[in-house]
Order: sequence, then C-alpha cells, then structure tokens
Amino acid sequence: MAQKRLLMKGNEVIAEAAIRAGCRNYFGYPITPQTEVMHYMAKKMVQIGGNFVQAESELAAINMVYGAASAGFRAMTSSSSPGISLKQEGISYIAGAELPAVVVNIVRAGPGLGGILPAQGDYFQATKGGGHGDYRNIVIAPASVQELYELTVEAFNLADKYRNLVMILGDGTLGQMMEPVAFRDEEPIVTYEKPWATNGRGYNDDGSYKREHNTITSIYIDPDVLEVKNNELQAKYELIRQNEVRYEAIGLEDAEIVITAFSTCSRISRNVIRQAAELGIKVGMIRPITLWPFPTQAIADAAAMPNVKAFLDVELNAGQMIEDVKLAVNGAKPVYFHGRLGGNLPTQKEILDKIVAIHEGGKV
Amino acid sequence: MAIVFEKTEGLTGKPFHYCPGCTHGIAHRLIAESMVEMGILGTTVGVASVGCSYNSYEYFNCDMVQAAHGRAPAVATGIKRTLKDKTVFTYQGDGDLASIGCAEIVHAAARGEKICVFFINNAVYGMTSGQMAPTTLLGQVTTTSPFGRDASYQGYPINVAELLSNLTGAAYVERVCMTDFKNINNAKKAIKKAFKVQQAGLGFAFVEFLSTCPTNWGKAPLDAMDWLKEKMIPQYPLGCFKGEDITVQALDEMIAAKAAGEEVKA
Ligand SMILES: Cc1ncc(C[n+]2csc(CCOP(=O)(O)OP(=O)(O)O)c2C)c(N)n1
Ligand code: SF4
Ligand SMILES: [Mg+2]
Repeated sequence: MAQKRLLMKGNEVIAEAAIRAGCRNYFGYPITPQTEVMHYMAKKMVQIGGNFVQAESELAAINMVYGAASAGFRAMTSSSSPGISLKQEGISYIAGAELPAVVVNIVRAGPGLGGILPAQGDYFQATKGGGHGDYRNIVIAPASVQELYELTVEAFNLADKYRNLVMILGDGTLGQMMEPVAFRDEEPIVTYEKPWATNGRGYNDDGSYKREHNTITSIYIDPDVLEVKNNELQAKYELIRQNEVRYEAIGLEDAEIVITAFSTCSRISRNVIRQAAELGIKVGMIRPITLWPFPTQAIADAAAMPNVKAFLDVELNAGQMIEDVKLAVNGAKPVYFHGRLGGNLPTQKEILDKIVAIHEGGKV
Repeated sequence: MAIVFEKTEGLTGKPFHYCPGCTHGIAHRLIAESMVEMGILGTTVGVASVGCSYNSYEYFNCDMVQAAHGRAPAVATGIKRTLKDKTVFTYQGDGDLASIGCAEIVHAAARGEKICVFFINNAVYGMTSGQMAPTTLLGQVTTTSPFGRDASYQGYPINVAELLSNLTGAAYVERVCMTDFKNINNAKKAIKKAFKVQQAGLGFAFVEFLSTCPTNWGKAPLDAMDWLKEKMIPQYPLGCFKGEDITVQALDEMIAAKAAGEEVKA
C-alpha cells in the first residue's frame, strides 16, 4: 500500500477521514476543543461540492444530521461535551428511527461549562445512554492520530451496517495533538443499500410511482408495537456486542498488574509499563477501543489468569469506566483506580507510584 | 356520471384522527391535492412535527420524516441540502414552531433554506390538552392561562408571519384561513405558490394557516369557525407579508428556465 505520511492535527484528521469515507454532509456549531474539525469542513466541503452548514445550535446540527441521514446520505456532526449534551435529544431520536450517523465528541472537563482541557468525564453519557430510552451507540475511542483516521472511516461503515449512531470519543489532547498520519490510497468503504431512505417515491415513465411512500419515525403509540420495536433494537445491539468488540491487550501473559485505560490514558500508561518493568514489576494493559460494546470477556479472561493479581484503572474522571471493569472482573481480583479531574492529566510518575504501592502493599 | 370530487392520491386514505371541526384535516387535503396537481408527490419529502399532526406521515402519501418537537426546519434543512432537486416541506403547529422551535424556524428562514413551511396556528397546544401557546390571544382562557392570558403576566402573542417576513432569506410569507370556500381556495393558491417559490430556488416559503381547535377552545365546530373570524383575524390579519409581487407566471418562467438550464448541463 502506497502511503503518504503527513503531520496533521487530530481534529483535522477526523474531518479528512470523514471526507475520505464518503461523508459529504457536515453540520456543526463551534466549541473548543474540536473547532478545527469544523474549520476543515467549512473549506473542504465547499471545494468538493459537499454540504457544510454552520447550524444555529447543536440541537439544530444533530437534527440536520437526522434529516440528511433520513435522505440516505452519510452525515456527521462534531462537538465537545456541553454541545454533546444538547445533541442528546437528537441522538435518542436517531436511535429510535435507526438512522446511520457519526457524532464526534472531543471531550472537555465538566460538569457545566467546566473547562476546555481534556477529560473523559463523558464516558457514562456516551456508553450508558445520555438521551432518553433504551438504546446504545457504538462508541469508539481512538488513541492516536493514525487511529482517529482509520476508526473514523470505519465509523461510517459501522453506522451504515447497523443503521446505528457511532460516536467517536476523543478528548482535547487527541484532538489538538499533531502526529504523523499515513493515508491509504483507497479507503475500505462499504456501500449499503438504503431502500428505507426518504428520498422521494420517484416516477416511472408512465407516471406511476416507483414505490409506496417511506417513513422515518421513532414514535409508536401502541405499547405492543413499541415493545416489538424495542426488542428488535435490543437484538441488533446483541449482534453488535457479538461482532464489534475491539481492544488491544499488552503483556497479559506474565502481567501481575493489568492497567485498564482508553485513549489518552492508555498512551500515558504505555510508558509506565516499561518503567515498571525496570523496577521488576510486570504490568500489562487492556485498552478498550470500543467502549460500547465493551471488552467484558477479555477483561474477565484476564481476571481469571493466575498471574494477574490486580487491576489498575486509569481515567480522566472520577471513575466511570471502572464500573464496567469491575463488572467484568466480578470480584475475582481487586480493582484499583487512579484518576485526574478538571482537565489535568496524570503523570507517568503518579501511575508508577500507584503501581509500586499496589505491589508493595502485599496486595499483589 | 361526471366525477366532480375525488379523494386525492396525495393522501393515503387512512381515516384522520382529528376531532370534528378541526381544520388540520383541511390543511392536509389542500397540501396533498396541491402536490398531486403539481406532479410533485413522487419528488417531495415532508417533515412531520410534534403536536396533533405528529403522525401526518400516515396521511401524506409522499415520503415523510417525523421530527423532534420544534426541530422540523433543521431536519428539513438536512434533507433539502442533500436532495437539492426534491421538494421539501414541514408541517408544524404553533407550540412546535413558535415556542420550542423558535430558533430553528428563524434560522431556517434567515439562511433562506429552500423549503416550504406550513404553519398551523390554532392558538393553543392542541395535543397536550389546550395549554397556552405563544400564539394564544390576550384574554384567552387555556389550561395554563385559566384566568385568561394577561399581558403583564404572560406576555403577548407572537405574529410569526410578520416576524419572519422581516428576514431577507424569507422569499414568500402569507397568512391564510380555511373558514369558507373563498379562503380555502386562497389557502390552496398559497400552498402552490410556496411550492413554486421553492422550485424556482428563491428561498424560504412560509404559509401560516389560522386553524381551529374546537376541542380545546370548548366550542362547537361552527362556533369555532366564528371565533376564529372574530377573535383571531384581528390579531393575525390575513394576507401576503412577503413576495406579493412575485407572480405565479413569473415563477413558472423561472422554473422552466431552471429546468432547461439543467437539461443543457446534463
Ligand atoms: C421535547 C418535548 N416537549 C414536550 C412534548 C409534549 N408535546 C407534545 S405535542 C405538544 C404541543 C404541540 O402543540 P402545537 O405545536 O401547537 O400543535 P397542535 O397539537 O396544537 O396542532 C407538546 C408540548 C414533546 N413531545 N416533546
Ligand atoms: S385537539 Fe384540537 S388541534 Fe388536536 S385534533 Fe382536536 S381539534 Fe384538532
Ligand atoms: Mg397548536
């Protein structure tokens, strides 16, 4: 594969990846630290004949996505935490209407207006619902600019495949960071038929209609009909759980302590693994790439390994993913936590100190 | 025997669930007939909103999308931007459009979005049992203005047509009612003109329908019609607020020129 390596900012790579994935419809509203996605789209979409609309709000932007997706087109929006809160209404409707869409959340610290620095405090919102009703978004957490590129392209395929919303969950570090990225000559775009799209019934030559009218809706007033609809959604989510779990596992074979961390925290932790080895402590890592579906089985399997004595979960929040880690470990081994809040990042030393303490505390 | 009146194929034939005397049904029929007569039923996508007409997608026989409360103009924007050669309309109540969806409607008009908006102003929230709407008249008793709407307490009605007509992006804005044959015919003319404004690519087109809600007004159907004429029209005068000078003939010429231009390009 011929590869051009370019030095690019994470946010710009998201935009470029979406365009390469065939997305020609971007709707957004400015917010730090993801605005570069929008700037890139504002220029590029016009140049390539796509659609870029600066919406009046995040509410409007997600509903424009809803409209474009209804018409059968790949569409996306991007924002950061406070804006993603506003999009939750539309996200729930997209789930109910089963529309394919990609939403990017470059997370900043909250709650409220919070701060503009990186955080992972939206894990619960992204993976457990956020909007109303029983639904799931596929949530992908890239850890590098290269992954931002590849997984954003993949997000559009997954969205179409399952008629489901896919969220790219990054944070300010990843969005703002510059790293080399190697673009493929040709993207692995999978094209799905969309006979359900509301793009007009069309006319045959004799003036008759090509088909009956299509409807995109999320309302089912009859409880029995709505229950069937919900059961269909749950069946789809089960299929996604079976097929789409992605994670990276490092050094589990002889690890005494297993770190669980995603995205930015996994990058910091990766260096700690080496430093711990120098101190004679064997540390491994499970890095969920899909936060939903969550790699529950992989963590449960690690928890069952005799060499694994404890887990250390590292996050940029007060402890959110750790709840899923604990469910997976299911009491088999202790699960410790290290987190930073407010937009601060943990240092390698902080994490290493924690590992040494766990190790020396005789708990390993 | 000659057929003098037919059910339009613009409607699915599913019986309306609207209350007796409710003019939602008339507005539906006029929009549906217009699409068929203009030959655009197969190239139109409608957007239903949240209110008594939430399931208008079951009645209109074109492709339909159901939108969240107030967001129909944003949804329509997403559809129209991707389907530039199709006709797109929203069908919204006054709670939906003038309250929760105020930002969406104003900005769709300001952007000059090439969509048609059909706005059903019945001066109440019909579906949720007659609460005060932004369009409720001063003195009007509703379930949330039980002592009558008091300007010092609940503010003033919004005249949406006048408001939107001030925006440059709005190409055509008209207010109609459906109380008698003459007005029903006028309403249909306005619908067709709105569709043509969109086809000609002139910008945002808006038709406000003064509408009845006998159920929540606590009136018999005919009394409701009288109340509309006596009380609503003084607050909401009928007429064209924008684009009056655009003639149907001029629109037809623009549409023909556009079609010819597109064929040359193709
Ligand atoms: C976000 C949200 N808030 C509130 C509601 C409840 N609701 C349903 S219909 C409606 C009022 C609709 O009134 P209007 O737009 O005037 O339509 P009408 O029924 O009068 O035709 C409300 C408030 C809702 N469905 N969604
Ligand atoms: S409640 Fe009012 S608006 Fe709704 S269907 Fe009945 S009369 Fe019409
Ligand atoms: Mg109303």
